[in-house]
Amino acid sequence: MTTQTNFFMGHEAILSVIDGMATKLDQFLKNRGRSDVAMIGIRTGGIWVAEHLHQTLDIDEPLGMIDISFYRDDFTRIGLNPEVRPSTIDFEVDDRHIVLVDDVLHTGRTIRAALNEIFDYGRPRSVTLAALVERSGRELPVEANVIGVEVTLQPQEQIKLTGPETLELVIGTHR
Amino acid sequence: MSAANLQLDDNNKMRHFLSIEGLSREHLIRILDTAESFLNLGDRSVKKVPALRGKAVANLFFENSTRTRTTFELAAKRLSADVLNLNIDTSATSKGESLLDTLRNLEAMHVDMFVIRHSESGTAHFFARHAQPGVSIINAGDGQHAHPTQAMLDMFTIRQHKGDFTPLKVAIIGDILHSRVARSQILALNTLGVSEVRVVGPKTLLPIDTRESLGVHVFNDIDEGITDADVIIMLRLQKERMTGALLPSEHEFFQRYGLTESRLKLASPDAIVMHPGPINRGVEMETVVADGNQSVILHQVSYGIAIRMAILSMTMQPRGETS
Amino acid sequence: MTRILIAGGRLLDPANDLDTTGDICIVDEKIVAIGKSPEGFDADVRIDAADKLVIPGVIDLNARLREPGLEHKGTIISETIASASGGITTVICPPDTSPVIDSPADAELIRRRAKQSAHARVLSVGALTMGLKGEQLTEMSSLQVSGCIAVSNARKPLRDNLVYRRAMEYATTWDLPIFVVPNDHRLANSGCAHEGRVANRLGLPGIPASAETVAVATTLELAQQTGARIHFQTLSSARSVGMIRDAQQQGVRVTADVAAHQLHLTEMDIDGFDGNCHVLPPLRTLQDRDSLRQAVADGTINAICSSHEPHEPDAKLAPFPATEPGISAIESLLPLTLRLVDEKVISLARAVELLTSGPAAIAGLPYSRLRTGCEADICILDPEASWEFRASKLASSGHNTPFDGWFFKGRVTHTFFAGRLTFSLEETA
Repeated sequence: MTTQTNFFMGHEAILSVIDGMATKLDQFLKNRGRSDVAMIGIRTGGIWVAEHLHQTLDIDEPLGMIDISFYRDDFTRIGLNPEVRPSTIDFEVDDRHIVLVDDVLHTGRTIRAALNEIFDYGRPRSVTLAALVERSGRELPVEANVIGVEVTLQPQEQIKLTGPETLELVIGTHR
Repeated sequence: MSAANLQLDDNNKMRHFLSIEGLSREHLIRILDTAESFLNLGDRSVKKVPALRGKAVANLFFENSTRTRTTFELAAKRLSADVLNLNIDTSATSKGESLLDTLRNLEAMHVDMFVIRHSESGTAHFFARHAQPGVSIINAGDGQHAHPTQAMLDMFTIRQHKGDFTPLKVAIIGDILHSRVARSQILALNTLGVSEVRVVGPKTLLPIDTRESLGVHVFNDIDEGITDADVIIMLRLQKERMTGALLPSEHEFFQRYGLTESRLKLASPDAIVMHPGPINRGVEMETVVADGNQSVILHQVSYGIAIRMAILSMTMQPRGETS
Repeated sequence: MTRILIAGGRLLDPANDLDTTGDICIVDEKIVAIGKSPEGFDADVRIDAADKLVIPGVIDLNARLREPGLEHKGTIISETIASASGGITTVICPPDTSPVIDSPADAELIRRRAKQSAHARVLSVGALTMGLKGEQLTEMSSLQVSGCIAVSNARKPLRDNLVYRRAMEYATTWDLPIFVVPNDHRLANSGCAHEGRVANRLGLPGIPASAETVAVATTLELAQQTGARIHFQTLSSARSVGMIRDAQQQGVRVTADVAAHQLHLTEMDIDGFDGNCHVLPPLRTLQDRDSLRQAVADGTINAICSSHEPHEPDAKLAPFPATEPGISAIESLLPLTLRLVDEKVISLARAVELLTSGPAAIAGLPYSRLRTGCEADICILDPEASWEFRASKLASSGHNTPFDGWFFKGRVTHTFFAGRLTFSLEETA
């Protein structure tokens, strides 16, 4: 099976999208009265996006980083991801407004796993989801509250964020 | 079948964890890295991950051991697995069920993983050779052969406190001959590429041909063996060594091989002191050393759970469409 | 009267200066002609031995037939059938059956059972001490009268060296050789593998070479003193060979044999905890193996035996130290010996001696000779046949062998015991 990759969006454009997301996110949180938020990025691409958002929004609490490898719903089928890294949330999750950040929202399973993991830390007051890319192909009823860019793709197409020094979105096609 | 062939599947992934022998440096590093993910589980209110949810892990301990069995039990439970504890009195087994029958009966009850401790070397290999496809065997200590999970938690301890393995001089002191822990530690240290592995003990407690068969430097004098050492691992001395004409007394052992405060000064200034436990205070080391600030013995215990969680989750065999 | 003609084979019996192409004629149990069949010899059975090797039947100095007492591992009938398929016509059993062969009645039991099987001649070594307990001497003279060819304490220890000395003196009174498996039990210390690099790595309790050599040294000293005739069984170490060679040169009446597997396998073969390589004495180093090979070539060792120990499957289905030691070895005795010829360790003639005249001399037997008037114990082989040794196809009750899947050159096609055809390859195919 070969994958042909095509460039979709470059570093400057992505940063500009993330800036847009920061504005929308700020607005969204204010409208809902969600203050004193803490942010959590999902490894790996979600963290790159979250780092920029975290800085732009000047959030006090350190950025939380979670690796959902142990929470994947296909863990027993595919086994442990050899590149698993520790999750770190250095703030109290109980009763907190959390902003969860990922790079690509696709089937929704990653977000479900991330929610399961966050709830093992404590009971948040709310979770706001921000995704850089929202693409077609949802398999679970999950919705992003703040989206950077929407993309419609064929089932055999994948969109991936590469980085972190130079961020790039590429679309790959399996043949 | 060699250890490497038994433990690893066609994709070089671990399917059993039987011995350090047959595992590459990459495998060992991966175990250490994975264990990092489990270190701060205590920060969560639910101190678990769901990775082994729905899986059954059986602790088959043919030799008594509260300490190792409890850490394996905790490790499996924190991975959300169901745990069965079977303490099998060896004499009952020899009269009743054979090892193979025990394995088959438990497999029939859909046990996915076995953690095995037995007094005969090669028992974990035996189970792995006869296990159904998809069932994983973890060696929790077999005879004098291997105790690979202990060795890995010792390596993790060293990495946490010393960082890079390459420049380290490691001294293992005590009853090497009867120690499965020492055999596994030596293999791991050499695979991870430490600068030097030394064993220190009287001739009666060192295997024949130690240097050639295990790849270590041999010292009969502790002062020589401990000079400039960065890591000191004291092994437990069993009471039976006195009655087996291997040693005259604990007193003489402590005189010649005990880790005292003054002897510790011969080692490198920030050397760490380790012991697989439980410690015989006043035999292997002075209390002031065991409780001193160079001792990392209590850390070893907490790392034990993280390491075992890593090994259990890495060895669990996936049930994919293609497997 | 049955007349058999074995026609046109290469007749090889080095001890009787025989190496020629020709015929062997048999009438009932005896050989009546060698070389050229007599005028008008009207054979009832004619065996075409063209391009085949015809040698005396093999004498195995050490094979456990398991009966009486351990019939779940093998019986006299099953194991003598297996012997015949391996070209063996005489089998000598150690006394450690259950009950032990320490009275004439026990020896008689075995002889009778063997007669029922009629596939091989079965002879016994009698016990040196009652119950092999190492304390009280057996009635060695009576054992000798009922057919025991030697006495031995098998693998069991004697109470002390005083008992050993006295047992030697008593046996020597009757000119009975003493078969000795040299082993100092305290030094062996319940080990299960050679105390060396592999056992170290695998954490297996070791049996040092000194467990054997200390026993050899003690035995040689006592033999020197008492004039006893000693035969060491199943040697495993180079230092033993050295001491025995020296003693032979000094005129001590000592002989030795080695198990075929010790000439091929070493401690490396137990790697991976292979229970099929759990044997006593243990497989030692490459240097030991090479020393043993040198010894069979130069005459220090004059016989190769099988040390046959068939087991039921459960005996080997356990972690290595918990497995029972032993190989079901009787059907690999001849192939492994011929392989030494292939590997140019010994000549074909020497190989035949080590399996026939060598053991015959040690046991004082008039069998396995290609001479007119002698018992027709004969083995015919196809020396060029290449075949695969399969554990599952063994005739023995025991399938415990590390040689499963080995390819051998040279295969037994017919075995005759006292003129009777006990094995034919085409019939079993």
